Amino acid sequence: MMDYSQFLLMPQEIGLLLVILLVFIYDTFMPERSQRYLPVFSVIMMALYTIYCFCFPAGEGEAFGGMFQSNAPTWVMKNILNVGVVLVLLQAVKWTNSDFVSVRRGEFYYLTMLTLLGMFFMISARHFLLFVIGLETASLPIAALAAFEKRYYESHEAAAKYIFTAIFSSAIFLLGISFVYGMSGTLYFKDIATALTGNHSALLIAALAFVIAGVGFKLSLVPFHLWTADVYQGAPTAVTSYLSVISKGAAAFSFLVILVQVFGAAYSQVWEWMLYAVIILTITLGNLFAIRQRNLKRFLAFSSISQAGYIMLGVIAVNVMGMSSMIYYVLVYIFSNLAAFGVIAAIERQTGKVTMDDYNGLFKTNPWLAFTMMLAMFSLGGIPPFAGFFSKFFIFVGACHQGSVAIYALVLIALVNTIISLYYYLLVVKAMFIRQDECVIPAFKSHWTERTGMILCVLGIIFIGLVSCIYASINGAVDAIGAMFSAVQ
Amino acid sequence: MEIFNNILIYFVIVPLLTLGGLALCSNRGIKAIRTVAVCGASVLMVLAIWLVSIFLQARGAGDTSEMILRTDVSWYAPFNIKLALGVDGVSVVMILLSAFIVFAGVFASWKMNPLPKQFFLWFFLLSTGVFGFFISIDLFTMFMFYEVALIPMYLLIGVWGSGNKNYSAMKLTLMLMGGSAFLMLGLIGIYFHSAADGNLTMNILDIAHNNAIPHNWQYVLFPLTFVGFGVLGAMFPFHTWSPDGHASAPTAVSMLHAGVLMKLGGYGCFRIAIYLMPFAANELAWIFLLLTGFSIVYGALSACVQTDLKYINAYSSVSHCGMVLFAILMFNTTAMTGAVLQMLSHGLMTALFFALIGMIYGRTHTRDIRDMGGMMHIMPYLGVGYVIAGLASLGLPGLSGFAAEMTIFFGSFQHTDMFHRVLTIMATTSIVVTAVYILRVVAKLLFGEVQDEHHRTLTDASWEERLSTTTLILAVAAIGCFPNFFVNIISSSFEPVVKALQAAL
Repeated sequence: MMDYSQFLLMPQEIGLLLVILLVFIYDTFMPERSQRYLPVFSVIMMALYTIYCFCFPAGEGEAFGGMFQSNAPTWVMKNILNVGVVLVLLQAVKWTNSDFVSVRRGEFYYLTMLTLLGMFFMISARHFLLFVIGLETASLPIAALAAFEKRYYESHEAAAKYIFTAIFSSAIFLLGISFVYGMSGTLYFKDIATALTGNHSALLIAALAFVIAGVGFKLSLVPFHLWTADVYQGAPTAVTSYLSVISKGAAAFSFLVILVQVFGAAYSQVWEWMLYAVIILTITLGNLFAIRQRNLKRFLAFSSISQAGYIMLGVIAVNVMGMSSMIYYVLVYIFSNLAAFGVIAAIERQTGKVTMDDYNGLFKTNPWLAFTMMLAMFSLGGIPPFAGFFSKFFIFVGACHQGSVAIYALVLIALVNTIISLYYYLLVVKAMFIRQDECVIPAFKSHWTERTGMILCVLGIIFIGLVSCIYASINGAVDAIGAMFSAVQ
Repeated sequence: MEIFNNILIYFVIVPLLTLGGLALCSNRGIKAIRTVAVCGASVLMVLAIWLVSIFLQARGAGDTSEMILRTDVSWYAPFNIKLALGVDGVSVVMILLSAFIVFAGVFASWKMNPLPKQFFLWFFLLSTGVFGFFISIDLFTMFMFYEVALIPMYLLIGVWGSGNKNYSAMKLTLMLMGGSAFLMLGLIGIYFHSAADGNLTMNILDIAHNNAIPHNWQYVLFPLTFVGFGVLGAMFPFHTWSPDGHASAPTAVSMLHAGVLMKLGGYGCFRIAIYLMPFAANELAWIFLLLTGFSIVYGALSACVQTDLKYINAYSSVSHCGMVLFAILMFNTTAMTGAVLQMLSHGLMTALFFALIGMIYGRTHTRDIRDMGGMMHIMPYLGVGYVIAGLASLGLPGLSGFAAEMTIFFGSFQHTDMFHRVLTIMATTSIVVTAVYILRVVAKLLFGEVQDEHHRTLTDASWEERLSTTTLILAVAAIGCFPNFFVNIISSSFEPVVKALQAAL
């Protein structure tokens, strides 16, 4: 007899499912003339649901025989993703009502939410099967979303590239899991951890390499990043922004959980060094490639690769401080990157221009867009008093808390890289504020939904850092599961 | 809300309110913008003078605590980060200096064009950072304000600058931010070794009293923090941003940057690098003494061969700021007092120089001394101002440079060993070289033949320019005539540092 009260542990998933169903019903059964309100309807439903989740914390405990876990950090992480999705959807409203997209606008909303549902399962999974189901649910619809602008060749290319790499990486991940299963005979995180304690065999190293490769693809860590730039460039901007923040945040969180909970005992022997190399490569290569980009979507693709490297610093720290600053980093990153993508989307929708040179002299004609973009760049580059400075500082402190000299060296490399990243973030500021051009983007009024989205992002960039209770509450939530890190050796 | 009873917090609130006021102005309402900016700068000036009197009263009443006006407000509890306020003599005079230069800077950029509103917005954001840095004694808060002060430079130079401004702005920003990257690692390292009992803290006073940073870590962290701040203090070989940056920056920004921002470097070296890591400071001082000693002579010699007025002054700044760090590294009260006097003196004098250069450039549209001459007849007010600034720079008694440099060399010579004495003698040669390049400019620019007939039609200083320069000239003379007033405020602040240094020997 099944105990149905277990479902109470997953209010966020069930709530999201309800929202998806509502949007689906609206899309299918509402008359044609009210269809143009579907985007606003979806955003409002999503926003109400997000507020609801904030007001009613999920219970703590395990469901379905330990497959699914709900605790304070998962609740916080899901809420952060919800906020990000509300912003993404809000910025997409005008785009989904445009001529070529409007016939399929319903799909955009419920497919996006569906991938979010998959990410929720990734975050809460404590069994590899559930995790893989979540991973696939979170990956496959994105290919459909990437192909959304079907009149553009690039959009198809992006979708094809995404789906091939996604499948390939899933296969590699599953191979890693099967190795783990072969060694431990179970797929529960806890049982694997007990079975693998003290095991540093070559098979485990191979398994870990495959798992890191599989999740590294979602996070676009170097050397698994090759799909990123093309997909980000080709996919519609709303999808790109979703890919760059939400999907990355969810993957980073579940990556930490897997590495610490399942492979904690192999930390110093095996994966600390793997991750160490991956982080250095990710941050450095992402930065170096970003310098040369002229297309802003490609530019942000490489910037997001290097940002993923910084997020990983919170994982390699394996302590409460690292984990909470990682979640905080993701939160700040969501707001900063979405502010940048909001501006890019608005300008692209209005004029079709996406290269950095098109932005020359933007400040003269569209001062508010330029201002928003500048704040986003400063926050991504870690300039105080904007939120990005706080998140960078905290993630460095979190990493250094681990204590070894090697990690201090890693932080130094990361810090030197912040200077490189500052260079190319300033290039955008330079284009908008300093350079002049004959054919400047003319002044235009962005749609109110886009404006609301950008205003929310700007408020986030300014206040998330200065208001310390946000970090404190994340830290409090992570503190509650601090025992998790005691297994790390 | 105990923090609002502390006068120090208003040094951050007032610039922020000014920012808010400016944001409400329209870009065309130049009068409103000027009014708001002048109000903000004047309030800061009044606050600074009030702060000095509070400080003197407290010391007069026998308050010998290391820092006065202490307030702590918890900010990020998980890291033990606090908004910790407190000032000692050095910070008080630095705040006074900043207030003076902000005040003079507002008048120097009176006719700023284009986008006056945005200019003053960035200008006051920069001042927020500067004041915030001097009032806080928490590593994190200090570092935050430090970076807040750096980033506006990029746009101030990039948008309103002249010449090769894109290159200079980017070079300056990246080099200073590169310095602060080292600094950030240094601060994190200090934080994790701040207490032996595990109660990690970011408060400078607590860290100094705990004195728990292991010696091997000091060997790493001291160079990181000293170089981090040294980049901003234009220490050789990290000075290259300074000539380019100053040459391209608009007048008020050069003033604020050379006058105040470069002082953040010296102040940070003394307050964080040396005070918190006295052991490594004693051990490694010789490296930095060599570097700063070299800066002093090299800066002065480079200034001799430049023909652009701003480059001359920028290299002279390298020399004078090198003197500040040089004196701080002498580790005795006399030399350190001299260092702070030199910060004051250099701040005011360079601000005066840059203001005058800006005013001359605004009329002649050239800064090359080969293209100008005979300015003393054409614009006597500016000419006299330039001579006074030059005399202060080469250390004429009665002006600020003399008091500062005399104290520095006196303090430095108190060391009895060969190494310090030789270096001191080398450094003193810079005084002669300074006289060479100052007199060369004065002779050519002010008393030479008029090179361009068009220059004869130029006008002398307008009222706001006179106000700006007179304020600075009076301040320069005040330090030169009454150095004791400042020495009394400053010198007691060095006791804890010198004690810590001697205990670590």
